[in-house]
Amino acid sequence: MDLILFIIFATIAVACGISLVVQKHPIGSALSLIGVMGSLAVLYLLLGAEFIAAVQLIVYAGAIMVLFVFVIMLLNAGEETIKGRSWPSRLLGIPLLTVFLGLLAYLLQRMGPSMGTVTFGAFNVGAKEIGRSLFNHYLLPFEVTSVLVLIAILGAIVLARKEIDKCLN
Amino acid sequence: MPQLNAVPMSWYLILSAILFSLGVAGFLFRRNIITVFMSIELMLNAVNLSFVAFSQHLRQVDGQIFTFFVMVVAAAEAAVGLAIILTVFKNRQTLSIDEVSSLKN
Amino acid sequence: MNFFLISLIKTGIVAGVFMTTLAYLQWIERKVLAHIQSRVGPYRVGPHGLLQPLADVVKLMTKEGFVPSHVNLFFYILAPFLAVFFALISICLIPFGPSVEIFGVRTDLGLADINVGVLFVLAISSVGVYGIALGGWASNNKYSLMGGLRSSAQMISYELPMAIALVSPMLILNDLSLRTIVNEQAGYYLGVIPRWSIFQMPFPQVFSFLIFLISAFAETNRVPFDLPEAENELVGGFHTEYSSLNFAAFFMAEYANMITVTCLATVLFLGGWHPLWPVEYGSDFVPVLLMLGGSAVLLFHGLIQPVKGRPWDRLTMPAAGLVFGAIALVFLVPVLKPILMPIFWFVAKAGVLLFIFIWIRGTLPRFRYDQLMNFTWKFLFPVAIVNLLITAFAVALQGPKN
Repeated sequence: MDLILFIIFATIAVACGISLVVQKHPIGSALSLIGVMGSLAVLYLLLGAEFIAAVQLIVYAGAIMVLFVFVIMLLNAGEETIKGRSWPSRLLGIPLLTVFLGLLAYLLQRMGPSMGTVTFGAFNVGAKEIGRSLFNHYLLPFEVTSVLVLIAILGAIVLARKEIDKCLN
Repeated sequence: MPQLNAVPMSWYLILSAILFSLGVAGFLFRRNIITVFMSIELMLNAVNLSFVAFSQHLRQVDGQIFTFFVMVVAAAEAAVGLAIILTVFKNRQTLSIDEVSSLKN
Repeated sequence: MNFFLISLIKTGIVAGVFMTTLAYLQWIERKVLAHIQSRVGPYRVGPHGLLQPLADVVKLMTKEGFVPSHVNLFFYILAPFLAVFFALISICLIPFGPSVEIFGVRTDLGLADINVGVLFVLAISSVGVYGIALGGWASNNKYSLMGGLRSSAQMISYELPMAIALVSPMLILNDLSLRTIVNEQAGYYLGVIPRWSIFQMPFPQVFSFLIFLISAFAETNRVPFDLPEAENELVGGFHTEYSSLNFAAFFMAEYANMITVTCLATVLFLGGWHPLWPVEYGSDFVPVLLMLGGSAVLLFHGLIQPVKGRPWDRLTMPAAGLVFGAIALVFLVPVLKPILMPIFWFVAKAGVLLFIFIWIRGTLPRFRYDQLMNFTWKFLFPVAIVNLLITAFAVALQGPKN
């Protein structure tokens, strides 16, 4: 049962990933990315990470991607025009990517048998364990991250406000 | 052929590698800056999958804590990055990264 | 296999009841709004307009469903589908009753119970923004786009106070699974006051409840927050270009969201299926008395004092009175009591909240968009945070439980 679910959602993730790179209009790419995030959330559930799966849907698919979709709609970005690419990238691009991928796959297959399998329910991490670890062991990164988010909010507000001032003047 | 209840661990890592290379491909080949941004998010997601897979394999919760932090940092980066994109659009009226090149030559 | 079969049957029952409730919620809303405005409401189609939802469904299905040529076809068709999908999926998590035994089969009343139920509901409401945003954008129409963007911005702004108002009772109840939350609200203080979240020491969650309800109004795009979809504001907002079945889908999604949000408020704040006062003091007779009272009123108006000018009332009202009397007798049967009692209390509490939704629609005017945004960012969000801080302080002072 786990295997079937993994294969289905891994296929959906890869298909959405390919669609993201291939689509002409940015909003098609945005929807494909939401598809990738949804299937990754199911894969996290298969790996026993229930809290991370829920947070992935709430934060990534429900907030960050909404921001992307907003910006695409506001800017009314049209479809991309495919101009000619420079000849080095066209010659070396796809072959190098295939070599990179093949190398990774070979290395992982070498390591494969020594890593064992994953069964559903072997190691379930709920909100309790994450909270305990986050507030005891990783308290400093937690506090620093909240300062980082505050800086990001201030930066975004300052950047957006400059235009309003310009428009009003 | 593994039995129906267990997924080999290396398959998760191979999936993560495929998604990461797709993100790199999108980052290098696409021209629209918003699509480039989304490829960066795809790369971050692939890395998150690796972290959670290893957290399950090593029976430790630290991998998931790191995923949590990656998500928070990605959110902050997306917010500021999109604000920058909006400003650039208001000034240059274009979203193609080839045309925002006034520092070149 | 037994588990799958039981789940399938439960899903069928819940889906059927949910869709019927959706249709008749519209009838109830029109009747209540009409009586607030001193008129009658739907009256002609069936006795007292009871077949009006059926007529509406037939009308919406047989309308000419044309697709304008200037829309982006894929997203135009995808958007109402997404809206309805995410509106209907949250009903799977809500527990309707305790574990009961029907015909020798022991099962929980409720479809599923996952360990992170509260987070999942938040996730579904976060992702539910896409139906409206894509619907507004796909119509290729300036006003639809503005309506869609305004509605999405409103929904994501009000998610914040809603999430914080959801977290405050979690601090006291200490679990994320919805069934465990309801089980922790059993029992009574001093033997009389129920241990619901809004009455729980160390800090009664009344403010969280109010903040959650106000955010729920904004999340479901109901008055006073329904600027994005009002007809006299933006030409109908994001569903201007939709007709017949697609429009019905958005409509259905709004009512489904309303029902889901009231069920969630009942589970988290009002104690789910637990009665208002203990069973020893006779709370089992509440549904019987209510039904008998309704039946008496209907028989009175049907037989003894009919309203002038309504000849059919002589037949329909006594018939309805007899139906209510039969339901009252069903509540007295001891075999069915463990199943019917929890469901009655759950439906009564959710029904009172739905009535409040409809009541406020008939009473309050609409907010302007900037007033709406100011209200959430400058008032509701700080109040929610202060409430969370006070709750956390009270829980920390109380010390660890048992």
